[in-house]
Amino acid sequence: MKTLDKINLEKLIGILKQENYTVIGPVIKDGAVVYDEIDSIKDLPEGWEDEQEAGYYRLKKRNDNALFSYVVGPQSWKKFLFPQKLKLWQAVREGRGFNIENSNSAEPKYAFLGIRSCELKAVFIQDKVFDNGMFADSYYNNIRKNIFIISVNCTRAAGTCFCVSMKTGPKAKNGFDLALTEVINNNEHYFVLEQGSEKGTEIASKLETNDADDKQIKAAEAAVKNAELNMKRTMNTAGIKELLYNNHDHPIWSQIASRCLSCANCTMVCPTCFCSNIEDTTDLTGNHTERWRRWDSCFSLDYSKVAGGNFRTSVKARYRQWMTHKLASWIDQFGISGCVGCGRCITWCPVGIDLTKEVENLRNSPKTINK
Amino acid sequence: MFLNVCKHFTKMTENKSGLIKSDPMIPESVKVKKIFWETEDVFTIELVYDGEEKRNFNFKPGQFNMLYAFGVGESAISISSDSTKKGSLLHTIHKVGYVTSELSKLKKGDIIGLRGPFGSSWPLEDAKGKDICIIVGGIGLAPLRPAIYHILKHRKQYGKFTLLYGARTPRDILYPVELESWKKKYDIQLEITVDRSDSTWRGHVGVVTTLLNYVDCNPDNTRAMVCGPEIMMKYAVDELIKHGVAEKEIYVSLERNMKCALGFCGHCQYGPSFVCKDGPVFSFSKVTDIFEIKEL
Repeated sequence: MKTLDKINLEKLIGILKQENYTVIGPVIKDGAVVYDEIDSIKDLPEGWEDEQEAGYYRLKKRNDNALFSYVVGPQSWKKFLFPQKLKLWQAVREGRGFNIENSNSAEPKYAFLGIRSCELKAVFIQDKVFDNGMFADSYYNNIRKNIFIISVNCTRAAGTCFCVSMKTGPKAKNGFDLALTEVINNNEHYFVLEQGSEKGTEIASKLETNDADDKQIKAAEAAVKNAELNMKRTMNTAGIKELLYNNHDHPIWSQIASRCLSCANCTMVCPTCFCSNIEDTTDLTGNHTERWRRWDSCFSLDYSKVAGGNFRTSVKARYRQWMTHKLASWIDQFGISGCVGCGRCITWCPVGIDLTKEVENLRNSPKTINK
Repeated sequence: MFLNVCKHFTKMTENKSGLIKSDPMIPESVKVKKIFWETEDVFTIELVYDGEEKRNFNFKPGQFNMLYAFGVGESAISISSDSTKKGSLLHTIHKVGYVTSELSKLKKGDIIGLRGPFGSSWPLEDAKGKDICIIVGGIGLAPLRPAIYHILKHRKQYGKFTLLYGARTPRDILYPVELESWKKKYDIQLEITVDRSDSTWRGHVGVVTTLLNYVDCNPDNTRAMVCGPEIMMKYAVDELIKHGVAEKEIYVSLERNMKCALGFCGHCQYGPSFVCKDGPVFSFSKVTDIFEIKEL
């Protein structure tokens, strides 16, 4: 393991830019940490941290210059790999037919700086979604194959985090090119650097790094441990698939539905939610058409509509679909839970519905009571 | 064949070659060879590849295509033709939404888009030696017609063959001439019932499940295939089980909202399954626990 100072972190961004990467990192926008293109460490949220609770998110000034003391904001990296709006193709009417032109020859080359362990797991989960053994989505995979990943281990837990329960964090174990742990001790401020790939080693060799000594490694471990120990939320995942499958008629779904606004926020902020809609549009002449793929949500009414009717009209059925998919049927579909414990769905729910609490409620209230 | 192409297209895009035809999100152009009304609101289109009239369509009975009306959108439509006649493709379509209305206005020679075939197929191979009982309601006959062609073509490989068909009214009966000819030419027990009779009708009246009482097949050795509205399938499956047919021998074809047909868009999820790629044909034993859950 190596150590890196701030100056060399700045240099890292420069090297990646020289290698034609578009460097994406955390920036503050509209009072939240979001992911956007960065030019320098000056763009990072230096000295800020986030306070999160169910339905609550605020940024707070710290009394140090930490760059990565926020946890996760409303956006996830899926917005780059699986853009919210993507034109798939366009076509022009010709005679009695049409000519289709693919709109997606561009293959952006992204470097992700600051991807958290839970977020990295979310990327692995979406990898399985967009290459399902039968089909591979070219739009996703063309971007995915080029990304350079600089993971940042969490040294703080937000109020809504539960990655320890989901075994997805707070430390990234694999899948990164480089991983950083930020350490601030007395007057020291440095990053412990791990190399996770050949490409990562190659890039790191261009930086001025020092070998990390025992004390520094221990300090980094303690910082990550701090996140783990301060994680307030938990989710008991034992037998969770059966718990959800066996409780489709539980009265809890009506109780949640009485609060749920079916606004779809939870699905938009979720780093693994992958549903999309296909929209065909034309111009006024009717001779030019475009096909767009756009994020969709199982909370929207049209989601399960067919010409003859709608399979999920009630909010109760839509919430049940979301939670059952995320925590249970996802395991059948992809061999892994769809939840990484990032807590975004709890923070960004306008009425503060907390899925960790709802799982607990489901465990603790036998359905026969209200039947 | 198509699936192989799809799985490898990512590589092909890297080479910047064959992009258009290899991307499963991009429709291919097909030409309307014929279009005709079957009933008041059901029509059939015959399609050939545009400019490649001799090119074969490869599909298995029970699979579906995404048909694209220019600028309007796509619909998932089951293939209803004989899978051994590969040079053209039939789709029998219920005019019920925007896309199907647009498709109904097509004329001979018009071009539409096609992606497919997608999905699972009717289990015909391992049904050899068994009695076959097909129960269909309304437009549900169309996705089973390729299976019926197959069984009739290999009639000796199967035991007793029963087709039970329920339509709304006598005027809604699909393929009446063909049904009559099957009855005359082949060893098939065909029973048709209508929900509402008129003065021309001399057959059964009532729900399709009541026809099971007329059927003489060996329940211990019967493969049943069911397609129709979900409520009709539920009662048909209940009746089959009551008559002694095993759950694992019953197959149903399900319908859900489909946008991509590739397992990416999420819309067609039914419990743990994606109807587009794990279905539309399911063994009932796979869905038995969830079949009666409302709004799943």
